[in-house]
Amino acid sequence: MARLKPWRWAVFGLAALYFLVPLAASVVFTVDVPGQGLTADAYTEILSTDGFGSSLLLSLELAAATIAVVLLLLVPATVALRLGAPRLRPVVEVVCSLPLVVPPIAFVAGISTVLKWGPDHLSHTPLFQTFVAIQNPDFPFVLVLAYVVMALPFVYRALDAGLRAVDVRTLVEAARSCGASWPQALVRAVLPNLRGALLNSAFLTLALVLGEFTVSHLLGFTPFAVWIVNVGGEQAQLSVAVSVLSLLLTWLLLLALASAGGRSRTTASRG
Amino acid sequence: MTATTTQTADRATAATVEFRSLRREFGATVALDGLDLAVRPGEFLALLGPSGCGKTTALRMLAGFEHPTSGEVLVDGEDVTRVPAHRRDAGMVFQSYSLFPHLSALDNVAFGLRMRKVRTAERRSRAAELLELVGLADKGERYPHELSGGQQQRVALARALALRPRVLLLDEPLSALDAKVRLTLREEIRRLQRELGITTLFVTHDQEEALSIADRVAVMRAGRLEQCAAPAELYGRPATAFVAEFVGTMSRIPGRLDGGTVEVLGQRLPVDGDVPAARDVDVLVRPEAVLVRADEDGTARVAATSFLGAAVRVMVRLGDGTEVKADVPAHEGAALGLGAGVRVSLPERAVLVAERRGE
Repeated sequence: MARLKPWRWAVFGLAALYFLVPLAASVVFTVDVPGQGLTADAYTEILSTDGFGSSLLLSLELAAATIAVVLLLLVPATVALRLGAPRLRPVVEVVCSLPLVVPPIAFVAGISTVLKWGPDHLSHTPLFQTFVAIQNPDFPFVLVLAYVVMALPFVYRALDAGLRAVDVRTLVEAARSCGASWPQALVRAVLPNLRGALLNSAFLTLALVLGEFTVSHLLGFTPFAVWIVNVGGEQAQLSVAVSVLSLLLTWLLLLALASAGGRSRTTASRG
Repeated sequence: MTATTTQTADRATAATVEFRSLRREFGATVALDGLDLAVRPGEFLALLGPSGCGKTTALRMLAGFEHPTSGEVLVDGEDVTRVPAHRRDAGMVFQSYSLFPHLSALDNVAFGLRMRKVRTAERRSRAAELLELVGLADKGERYPHELSGGQQQRVALARALALRPRVLLLDEPLSALDAKVRLTLREEIRRLQRELGITTLFVTHDQEEALSIADRVAVMRAGRLEQCAAPAELYGRPATAFVAEFVGTMSRIPGRLDGGTVEVLGQRLPVDGDVPAARDVDVLVRPEAVLVRADEDGTARVAATSFLGAAVRVMVRLGDGTEVKADVPAHEGAALGLGAGVRVSLPERAVLVAERRGE
């Protein structure tokens, strides 16, 4: 590790304080109950509280589905953009940035308006069943659709940066002249070199989905973030404990993803 | 497609390649304007020309990466114009480093065999054999970023040869390398090509490179073929003024046509090749054919000299302002200082003439 100069230590220390003090305060709040001393009751209580497992599982499932959909959508799109239509890039960039500009409240208002078309106008058409299916509380696919849109700006940027670092056209052509068909060239020659970008996209999407509250709450579903808020209304200590736990959980998931990707990368670059 | 069983040596029948009135337009620009060219079996043909002359487009059409607006590409007499790139049976080495960064040198070479579903053991041994062929037998486990530019292009060459293609396509494979590596690698490419007897097309904008390694050189300009000939013929008897000036160095000296002869520098010399219609012409001369003699009374002056080793290239400014390049042996060149008066003459031989260029 590079030697850190004193002023760097100062900045590092300040940043650490800024992050760690609230965290430490949260932890102290959950374990130090007035009159009882130190206790881990708040944490043990989580597991027995109704809805913890199911809401967490729902969030993870939603995250997995969102990652799959957004990558399947954007990877071919960005590669095609790079190879076939570089002039369309600014257009796609603007479109993918729109979700940053539109506030989630407006977004969810639009979605619920559209969902109301189901009972209002479409009740006699087969499409009605589709509207019912995507709002299935066990797995509300409408949330995946919403999250895909919300993840677009992050995933697009991560993929674009990754694609900039490799000469996609030459890689594809080299693969093609080695007898690879189009899909083979994409999967065998381009994707392995986008590993970093794909992992980044997955990280960002995972973090986004685990923490998303507005859309899922207003549409009436209960993934993890909504559940935390609901629980907090009744028991403040429990809700903070859950927040701390969810923070740790997100970290662990990100670390797991990073080490999974990182390990294969180091073995790949070893001579 | 049965690239798995045969050995390197049995390439008794090399392929022919033919371009038939190939035309390609990109919007308003015409990259290829009716290119006709036939490559003989086992031949090493260089496509030479200034950038934008369509040489790379022609090569990419043979590889299947570009499609002609009209015309056709034939390999062994078979029209392959509609065959997709991955079934063309053409190995290609690219200008930029094109190795797959996530694969070792060995896996890069074996990539094509993997696409053809060759068994692991067989493809590893075949890839190792090819790496040995390009002199990198010990570098199989290295990754592209651990190899020098020259080594990367060697691996790319091995990769291109792995499927025993019918034609080998080289798209300026040496232009990213430094001068020394460039020389050794180009000799090696030539040696390999002779050994394998594979029909090869080599795109370059470097005329020295083209002349030194190709069996024949096709000079292109503005999407058309200017001349296709053996290097010596191309240099000695260029068919057009463009070829004459693009290949090697040429000076233009104003002269006056008179029937089949031309009057230049006070001499009367026969004209070689086509005689233009105009009477005011330029005589095209190579620097090694220009005689320069020190002469205090001469109207010509030495404008610049540069030392080339065995010879000195002297830039002479004639009385009328025309600049002529001449190569003189180093020991004579030493006597020609800047501003020295000289007399310029041409040997009594037929000369090439071209219509005078409008300034």
